[in-house]
Amino acid sequence: MKLQVASQLAIFSILELVAEPNRQITVADIGAKYGISTNHLAKVMNVLGRAGLVRSVRGAGGGFQFSGNARRTTLLDIIELFEPRGLRGPETGELGRHTAEAAALGVVLREIDDTVRATLGSITIATLRDLATRQRAKAVLAT
Amino acid sequence: MKQVATDSRKKRPGRAPAPVEAPGGGAPAIVIRAAERRDVVQVTALDAQVTGLPKPEHWMELYRRQRSVGGAPAGIFLVASPATDPERVLGFIIGEIRAWEFGSDPCGWVYALSVRPEARERGVGEALLKAIAEAFRRAGMGKMRTMVARDAILPMQFFRGEGLMAGPYIQLEKDL
Repeated sequence: MKLQVASQLAIFSILELVAEPNRQITVADIGAKYGISTNHLAKVMNVLGRAGLVRSVRGAGGGFQFSGNARRTTLLDIIELFEPRGLRGPETGELGRHTAEAAALGVVLREIDDTVRATLGSITIATLRDLATRQRAKAVLAT
Repeated sequence: MKQVATDSRKKRPGRAPAPVEAPGGGAPAIVIRAAERRDVVQVTALDAQVTGLPKPEHWMELYRRQRSVGGAPAGIFLVASPATDPERVLGFIIGEIRAWEFGSDPCGWVYALSVRPEARERGVGEALLKAIAEAFRRAGMGKMRTMVARDAILPMQFFRGEGLMAGPYIQLEKDL
């Protein structure tokens, strides 16, 4: 499966904010790290703000802070904000609709969907942050 | 989460771990210790509180398995208690080492973990999991596994939060 760019940016942005909870981080800071335009990031932050996951602090030294619960907010919570049709894998669509063959293929595809949702719904921001820390340590060991 | 042991060649985990203090800020200190016979009543009540289904014989059987093989435990059955009230069971964890099931190298399996609802979010489950992981490690295991229902969000988040990831096996089943 592939996540939309906005979903990935939202996850990366929240990870950046969670990493430095006492600092306001700007979209320019995040954009520089991930090589993405501030314009695109601003739209993502706007959606996260409306969902109550980030808050903006205006003025000099202003930026964004995470306002959710890192131990409760899951990847699925974030992704569903940006993928309004919901997370879906391949679909059979209209082809062969009402046939047993299409129903059988639908059973298999639903199994894939259920697994994807269970995985993303079980990984919180805190868990992903810890995983990133371990990946960073692995990379250091490998060099 | 219960699994059925199918292989008699499993390694023995050795002695139950010594009591360890759980980490955790201002929360009351927790002691992890090997289960005693008297704990089984509280374990049964805790499980019944969570699942709605009392299974006294099941938990007693698991306790006996821990104690059954000539002094060397066949399983690991640990309980968590407040340091100030060591008779009270806040939670428990049960596991064992299994070898060559489904072609797997020997590894530690956790097949039951439960914490009193009023004692959750205080590091009890984390302390129990760390203690059993240490017991597996001391027995030479390099891997720990468990199984969680796909829709059991909180247990799934807990184990993920403790660093467990999806393993190389997929559970398959069929209606009979």
